[in-house]
Amino acid sequence: MSEIPEALRYTKTHEWVRTMDDGHLEVGITDHAQEMMGDMVFVELPDVGDSVVAGQDCAVVESVKAASDVYAPISGEIVEINDTLRDSPEFVNQHPYEGGWLFRVRPTEESELENLLNAEAYSDVAAAEA
Amino acid sequence: MNQKTALFDIHRKAGAKLVEFGGWDMPLHYGSQIREHLAVRQDAGMFDVSHMSRVDLRGPAVRPFLRRLLANNVDKLVLPGKALYSCMLNEQGGVIDDLITYYLADDWFRLVINAATRDTDLVWMREQAGRLDGVELAHRADLSMIAVQGPQARDKTFAALGEAVEAAASPLPAFVAVDVDGYFVARTGYTGEDGFEIVLANERAPAAWEALRETGVVPCGLGARDTLRLEAGMNLYGSDMDTTTTPLESALGWTVAWEPEDRDFVGRDALERQREHGLTRKLVGLVLMDKGVLRSHQSVHWQGCGAGEITSGSFSPTLGRSIALARVSASLQIGDTCQVRIRDKLLNAKVVKHPFVRRGKSCLNEI
Repeated sequence: MSEIPEALRYTKTHEWVRTMDDGHLEVGITDHAQEMMGDMVFVELPDVGDSVVAGQDCAVVESVKAASDVYAPISGEIVEINDTLRDSPEFVNQHPYEGGWLFRVRPTEESELENLLNAEAYSDVAAAEA
Repeated sequence: MNQKTALFDIHRKAGAKLVEFGGWDMPLHYGSQIREHLAVRQDAGMFDVSHMSRVDLRGPAVRPFLRRLLANNVDKLVLPGKALYSCMLNEQGGVIDDLITYYLADDWFRLVINAATRDTDLVWMREQAGRLDGVELAHRADLSMIAVQGPQARDKTFAALGEAVEAAASPLPAFVAVDVDGYFVARTGYTGEDGFEIVLANERAPAAWEALRETGVVPCGLGARDTLRLEAGMNLYGSDMDTTTTPLESALGWTVAWEPEDRDFVGRDALERQREHGLTRKLVGLVLMDKGVLRSHQSVHWQGCGAGEITSGSFSPTLGRSIALARVSASLQIGDTCQVRIRDKLLNAKVVKHPFVRRGKSCLNEI
């Protein structure tokens, strides 16, 4: 069974969200998602300064098997991207919740956070697909 | 309900991620496709390829039958055990399947055909044989097949399967098979590495697999098999060619035996017409110059125009960049730079000679 940390929030499309001390939100894909996709070989990230809209695709992760869109869990502005993934996309497999984070967002619609799933609700989503 | 090989339970217990392929439940990988890929390039890996069908043809008319059935010429096969790669064409020159033919005796040849094409192949072959007396066709569902590939594949196979196999199989030249101790051992493969493909009775397959694993041969899934064959520049039926393409348009012209001129194989007239008129499209290798991953069906552009489509594409674990086979306009030449549309971007790719990787080493000159 894949790891689903209690402290994070999730989407049905397998992104995770961490609220950081400065109020920004860190986004990645879940352990379940990386397991389903297999070895990552390429990550395409948005640019810093880009606006993203909740539910719209804003990044792409590619494994040996396939390319998969990453959807913005929340609307806002991209304030930072994980540049180390350009040369080490395997971090998404190895540390999906730490070194494998994708981008950080300054949210514009804080209320959207309420639409996200907690760990228990997400584990039902993951289990239904496994 | 998909078909299952004799090794299915072993794959499941080993934690394989299973996928449907050609009507079979097969392992995609056992954890990491890239690790399995590199095991084959650097050491030894094994694949359950029992989903491919083995068809035995027996009878006095088998050789004349195959001389007509296949675009390559079985008369090249004079040494018992020798194998020949060939396309089987329809009258229009389209590829019904690509297959390997082993010459076992003058009245006995063995074909290994693809899983997804098995039923159409058997119907086609029976139809073609119907015009000849003296050809019996037997689908050998009682046999399994294990491919052991990599620089250490031979030594590890000998350690696992015993001295009799070693004595018989160690002198085998490339593309030759020998029957020993109930194992049909062929020095063939689909990875660009040395190794064997071993055909054996279904009930012996699990013990052989376990023995190979105990000598350190790494179980590998179809995922690694696909990236290995792509690096080795080998076509995949259904992706790189099918009934709508001829071998000449599929970089398989070398498998068409034009001589002797009076050998009337199925599809010959169509291929000769195509050769006379010249090709409008061909299959080439591409290497992506930018970061990204080439995938099948992405469009290829050249000098501002659409110039074709990728037929197989992937990240190459050996080269650390993306490679592809693409069917493009015949005007593209090796060394040309073209563009591939990946999502909303046009990225630069270079037309190269393939294979991309052979015996663990890059075949690409500095690019």
